[in-house]
Amino acid sequence: MAKIIVVTSGKGGVGKTTTSASFASGLALRGYKTVVIDFDVGLRNLDLIMGCERRVVYDFVNVIQGEAQLRQALIKDKHCDNLYVLPASQTRDKDALTREGVSKVIDELIHDGFEYIVCDSPAGIETGALMALYFADEAIVVTNPEVSSVRDSDRIIGILDAKSKKAEAGESVKTHLLITRYNPKRVEGGDMLSLDDVQHLLRIPLIGVIPESETVLQASNDGTPAIHLHNTDVSEAYKDVVSRLLGEQKPLRFIEVPKQPFWKRLFGG
Amino acid sequence: MSIIEYLFGTRKKTANVARERLQIILAHERAGRTGPDYLPQLQKELVEVISKYVAVNPDDIKVQLDRKDELEVLEVNIVLPEHTRR
Repeated sequence: MAKIIVVTSGKGGVGKTTTSASFASGLALRGYKTVVIDFDVGLRNLDLIMGCERRVVYDFVNVIQGEAQLRQALIKDKHCDNLYVLPASQTRDKDALTREGVSKVIDELIHDGFEYIVCDSPAGIETGALMALYFADEAIVVTNPEVSSVRDSDRIIGILDAKSKKAEAGESVKTHLLITRYNPKRVEGGDMLSLDDVQHLLRIPLIGVIPESETVLQASNDGTPAIHLHNTDVSEAYKDVVSRLLGEQKPLRFIEVPKQPFWKRLFGG
Repeated sequence: MSIIEYLFGTRKKTANVARERLQIILAHERAGRTGPDYLPQLQKELVEVISKYVAVNPDDIKVQLDRKDELEVLEVNIVLPEHTRR
């Protein structure tokens, strides 16, 4: 049975698209037939992060409005065999996404044998964000250890509990907390909320911690999802997230400051 | 943070401030979110049921949801008129 997973956050710039790209790639690397859909109509960026921006011909809205077939709009990923990207429209307004239209596309994807459908939500709580989360079975709530991101995540968790299809049916969307841009050194210094703080505030189970890293910018510059940059903390952390979503037990990594020599601890630096 | 900074307290822990501010604002916003959802309907139905047996004013029934940490308390306060027997 296909699983629909929304990557959401409320706040912008916290790492939703970075996460959607790496997470969907990770599922595909594990052998699952996966599609990642950009719901950010008007401001698409998933295509750039996936490195397929020059291969976009038709988009999500074209399919919804019957101007293209789904298979014409799906772009095959260049890194993974069983991964496809459905780009958002760059020109239309966000009201082009209708619940019936989105539902039809998702049904067709399930019919075509996709096992995971990853929905990359836009920021905010407008139509695009509501559509991205409406059909979700599970949600990854991307949160930075920072006040405005935590508050917006709490708001989104409330919307998942109230306005999703599952909520309307009296069920609940399985929500996971993903803390991104985590800097253990600043946490130790008392200038950043710790992962325990964020977890206690938001009260949903943690699925992973992605460390703050130069890798993410390098990956986006190159149009390669960060999970493919082997032997980096970010890549390993995303692989752990995928494993945990698939039900495997993995201890958290990259959440402590590496041990420093005594003199450095004494004088700082 | 170095041991010297730690000993002499040269840095203020802003993360603690952030945590406390968030605890307060999230509790407040959650109460505002879940409160109006079913409370008015509950109050209306309570008035209907109680009115079958006792003549009460809608204003005499107060329904309030309080939260403290993990505990939620639903408080229903009904003020009966002086002559309640029919």
